Amino acid sequence: METATHTQSARINPKIIVPFVDSVRRVFATMVGVQTTVQRPHLKALAAPTYDVSSIIGFSGDIVGSVIVSFQKEAAERLASAFAGMSITADMPDFPDAIGELANMIAGGAKKHLGTLASITVPSVVIGSGHVIARLSDVPCIVIPCQTPVGAFAVEISIKQIKPARSNQGGAQ
Amino acid sequence: MRVLLVDDSCTMRNIQKRILNALGNMQFAEAGDGVEALKILFSTPEAFDLVLIDWNMPNMDGHSLVQRIREKDKTTPLIMCTTEAEKARVIDAIKAGVNNYVIKPFTPEMLIERVTTTLSKLKAAA
Repeated sequence: METATHTQSARINPKIIVPFVDSVRRVFATMVGVQTTVQRPHLKALAAPTYDVSSIIGFSGDIVGSVIVSFQKEAAERLASAFAGMSITADMPDFPDAIGELANMIAGGAKKHLGTLASITVPSVVIGSGHVIARLSDVPCIVIPCQTPVGAFAVEISIKQIKPARSNQGGAQ
Repeated sequence: MRVLLVDDSCTMRNIQKRILNALGNMQFAEAGDGVEALKILFSTPEAFDLVLIDWNMPNMDGHSLVQRIREKDKTTPLIMCTTEAEKARVIDAIKAGVNNYVIKPFTPEMLIERVTTTLSKLKAAA
C-alpha cells in the first residue's frame, strides 16, 4: 500500500493539487448532486490506474501530460446515472460518454487555475480490471483519492509545466 | 424555440435538453461535432433561434465552428458552453462571434439565465 511520506509530500505541488481538488468538488456538487471527500494526495509508482474504469484527458500547450479519473465500477455506474438523470450500467453506450464528460469537466475546471494556457483532448474511457495506461516517464503521478456516498474514485495527475505561468489567466465564472 | 445543441457528449446534450425544456415549446436538433453542426445549420431551411456550442470536440472544435458560422450568418444567437474558462479563451470566443458564454459545470438556473438573458438582449437590440 502506498502512503504519503515526507519525501512524497515534498514532490507534491499544491499549485497543481488544489485546482483539481476544487474542480472535483465543484463538478460533483453541481452536476451530480453528491458531496466528495478528498483524502491525502500521494505519489504513485504503479502504471495501472487505481480502479477499473478510467477516463483519460491529455494536456498540450503550456502543460503536457495526462489526467486520469479512475472509478470503482459500481461507483462509476451510480455517479454516471446521477449525472445523466437516468439509470446507466457499464455495458451501455451512454456509460463511457457520461464518465468521459465528468473527467472533461474536472480537467477543464482545474486547467483555468493552473496559470497557463493549455489545451485538453476529448476524453477516452477504458473499462476493465488491471488495465495499464502509459504515462510520461519523467513526470511523477500524483493521486488524489476521493470518496462519495456511492463509492470511491481517484484523480491521477501526471502533468508538467513546460512554459512559465502566465498572469491574468483567472478566467470567467 | 428551435435550438441546435452541439456537444460531443450525448449525456451533456440530454442534460441541456432537460433543462431548456423548462422554457416550454422547444424543438431540438443535435450535432456531435462542428462538421455535423454545419451540415445541419446550412441544410435546414428554417433558422435556429439558438445554437449551444461546446469547445472541445472531434473533427471541428467549437471555436472553429463559431468562425465558420459567422462567415455566413451574423445573426443566429450562439452561446459557447464549455469547460474552457481562461480569459484568453473567453476573449477568443467573443472575437469569433459568440453572444454569450456558459462555463461547465453549470446549474440549471445558470444555463436558463444565460440563455434567456442572451435572447432578451438580442431581441431588445433588434
